[in-house]
Amino acid sequence: MSVGLEHYLVLAAILFSIGLYGALAKRNAIVILMCIEIMLNAVNIAMVAFAHYVNVIAGQVFTIFIMVVAAAEVAVGLALIITIFRNRKTVDAEKYDLMKW
Amino acid sequence: MPNAAIISIILLPICSFLIISLVLRPFFNHRPKLSAYTTITAIAGSLILSLWALASVSGAEHHVLTNVSYHWLSIGDTVIELGFTMDSLAAIMVVTVSTISLLVQIYSLGYMKGDGGYARYFAFMSLFTGSMLGLVMANNLLFLFLFWEGVGLCSYLLIGFWFHKPSAARAAMKAFFVTRLGDFGFLVAVIFLYAKTGTFNIGELHEAALAGTLGGTALTVAAIGIFSGACGKSGQFPLHTWLPDAMEGPTPVSALIHAATMVTAGVYLVARMFPVFASSDTAIMVVAAIGGFTAIFAASMGLVAHDVKRVLAYSTISQLGYMMLGLGAVGMGYASGHLDEHTAMSLGVAVAIFHLFTHAFFKALLFLGSGSASHATGTFDMMKMGGLRKAQPITYATFVIGSLSLAGIWPLAGFWSKEGILHEAYHYVPVLFWVAMITVFMTAFYMFRAVFLTFHGTYRGGEADNHGHSHGLHESPKVMIIPLIVLATLAVVAGWLPVGNFLGAHTHFSFFGVLSGWMAWVSILFGVAGIALAYLIYVRKWLSADSIRASLGPVHTTLIRKYFIDELYERFIVMRVLINGLFVILQWIDTHIVDGVVNGVAAVTIRTGGVIRRLETGQLQVYGLAIAIGILAIIACVFIFS
Repeated sequence: MSVGLEHYLVLAAILFSIGLYGALAKRNAIVILMCIEIMLNAVNIAMVAFAHYVNVIAGQVFTIFIMVVAAAEVAVGLALIITIFRNRKTVDAEKYDLMKW
Repeated sequence: MPNAAIISIILLPICSFLIISLVLRPFFNHRPKLSAYTTITAIAGSLILSLWALASVSGAEHHVLTNVSYHWLSIGDTVIELGFTMDSLAAIMVVTVSTISLLVQIYSLGYMKGDGGYARYFAFMSLFTGSMLGLVMANNLLFLFLFWEGVGLCSYLLIGFWFHKPSAARAAMKAFFVTRLGDFGFLVAVIFLYAKTGTFNIGELHEAALAGTLGGTALTVAAIGIFSGACGKSGQFPLHTWLPDAMEGPTPVSALIHAATMVTAGVYLVARMFPVFASSDTAIMVVAAIGGFTAIFAASMGLVAHDVKRVLAYSTISQLGYMMLGLGAVGMGYASGHLDEHTAMSLGVAVAIFHLFTHAFFKALLFLGSGSASHATGTFDMMKMGGLRKAQPITYATFVIGSLSLAGIWPLAGFWSKEGILHEAYHYVPVLFWVAMITVFMTAFYMFRAVFLTFHGTYRGGEADNHGHSHGLHESPKVMIIPLIVLATLAVVAGWLPVGNFLGAHTHFSFFGVLSGWMAWVSILFGVAGIALAYLIYVRKWLSADSIRASLGPVHTTLIRKYFIDELYERFIVMRVLINGLFVILQWIDTHIVDGVVNGVAAVTIRTGGVIRRLETGQLQVYGLAIAIGILAIIACVFIFS
C-alpha cells in the first residue's frame, strides 16, 4: 500500500474533527486551547501534503510560519487563561459568563 | 371696473383689521378713536367701491361683471383655485353688507364709547366685514368656506366680547359649537361634491346640477349637507339655539352680525347654490319645510320673551325662515314643473335675497334702536323699561318704522319683500303659505308688544348701572341717532328698489297695483290684527297679559322655556347621550382597545424576548457549534443540490 495524498488529507480531516469536537465540547479552557492547536496542526498537515503534491516549496515555508504564530498564540492564550484563573478560580469555560444576560 | 378695485372691497376692511391690531392697538391704545376712524374709513371705501360695482354690474352683460379664478395651490393633479365673482347677487350683497356695516360702525362710535376694548372691537368688526364681503364674492365653494369660517370666528369673538361675563363666554362657545355642527355637514358636502365633480367652482357645479350629470342621491346628499351649514349659520331649526344667546354681545354686533349679515349667509349660500338645491326634489322640500317651520316656531318664542334683544333674535330666526321658505317654494315650483329653469333660478334667488335686503335694514334698525333704548335705561329687559317715547322721540319713531316694516305694513320695505315670498308660497306650497300668514300675525304682535312695553306706559325704573345710580332718561347722542334715521329711511324705501328685477326676475309689484290682489289685503289684515291685539293688551289693557298667561299656563311655560329644546340638547343629548353614554364607551374603547393594542404589542415583545434571549448563552462554544453545524449544512446542501 503506497501512502498517497488522500491518506494525508483523511488524517488531517480526522485531526481537524477531533480538534473541532474538543474545542466545542470541552469545558476546560486549557483543553479547548489544545484542541485549537490540534485543528491548526491538522491544517498544517493538509498544507504540507498539498505542497508536496503540487511540488511547491512555499507551502512548507508557510507551515513553519503557522507553527511560529501558533506558538506565540498559545503563549498569549495560556497567559489569558492564567489571568482568568487567578480572578475566577476556575478554568471551566461555562463559568466565564460575565457578559451573559 | 378693474378687478383690483373689486378685490379692494374685501382688502380694505382686512387692511383696517391688520392696521388696528398690529399698529394702533399696541402703540396708540391711548387714542382709541383712531381705530374707529380707521374702520369707518375702510368700510366707507368698501361701500363706495361696492356701489361702483353695483352700477357696473347693472351695465354688464348678463349682469356678470367679472368671474376670475386664480391658481392657489396644486397637489398632484388637483388644482385648487380661488376666485371672485361680481354678479348681480354678489353686488346686492356687498352693497347691503357695506352699507349696514358702515352705519353700525358709526353708531358704535357712540355706543362703545368708554369701553376698554374699543380698539379690539373695531379690529374684529373690520375683520368681520372683510370676511363677510369675501364670503359673498367668492366664486368657489372652498374659498367661500374659508370666509364662512372667518365670519363664524368673528361672531364667536364678538359674542364673547365681554368675556369677563360668564354668560357671554358661554354664549360665544355655544354659538361656535352649534354652528360648527352645521359647518361639518357643509364641509363634508363640499368635499363630496369635489369627489363627484372634480371642481369647487360654483358656476360649474350649477351646470353639473342643471344638466343632470350630478343627480339623484348624490345631489340630494350634497344639497342637504350644504343646507346643514346654512341651518347652523342662519339659526334654522334645529340649530337655532345659539342665536338668542348670541345677544350677549354688544348691540351693534347683534345688529350687524346676528341680524343683518352673518346670519343671512346661510340664506345667501342656499341662494348661491340654488340650482343645486332646486335640482333635487327632496333637498328643496327640506329647505321649504325647515324654513316654514322655523318661521312660525321662532315667532312663537318671540311672543313671550322679556328681553327686547331676544324678541328681535327670535324675529331674525323667523324671518330667515321666511327667506328659506321663499327659496324652497320657488324650488318646489321648479321641481313640480310649474316653472321653467330660467325663471325659477332667478325667481328663487330674487324673492329670498329681496327679503334679505329689506330685512337687513329694518332689523339692523330695530337692534340699534333697542341699543339706544338700553343706552338710556341700562337694561334690555322690557319689563324694566316703558315710557321711553317722550325721552327718546327719535329712537321711538325709528323703532316704530322698523316694526311696521317688519310687520309688513304697506308700503314699507318689509311689505314688498314679504309679499314676494307669500306669493310664491301660495302658488307652490299652500300649506306653508298659511303657516307664513300666521307668522305675519305673530310677528306684528310681538314687535308691537315690544314697542308698547318699551316706549309706552310709564317708566319702570331701568337698571342701576355699575356706579349704583339709575339713569336719567335721555336721547342718545347724534352719532347713534343719525344711523337710526338713515336706516329708518332705508327701511321705508328699500322695498321700492327693483332688487328682484336686478336679480333677473320679474317680481316687482306695482306700487298701488299690489293692493288689487286679495293676498296683500289679507297679509296687511293679519299684520294689523297683530298690532291691534298688542295694543289692546299692553296699552289699553282690555285684556290682562297676566290672566292670559295664567289661562294658557303650560303653553306659556313651553314658549318661555323655548320648547325645552335647550334642555333637550344640554341635559339629554350632551349630558346623557354624549358625556354619560357615548364618551364612556369611547373612553372604554380607548383604554381597553386602543391602549390595549399598544400595551399588548409591548408585552408580547417583552415575553418573546425573554424566551429568545435564552438562546444567547454567551458561550463561545455554543456559537462555534452553531457555526460548525451551519457550515456542515451548507456543505451538505452543496453536495445534494449541485
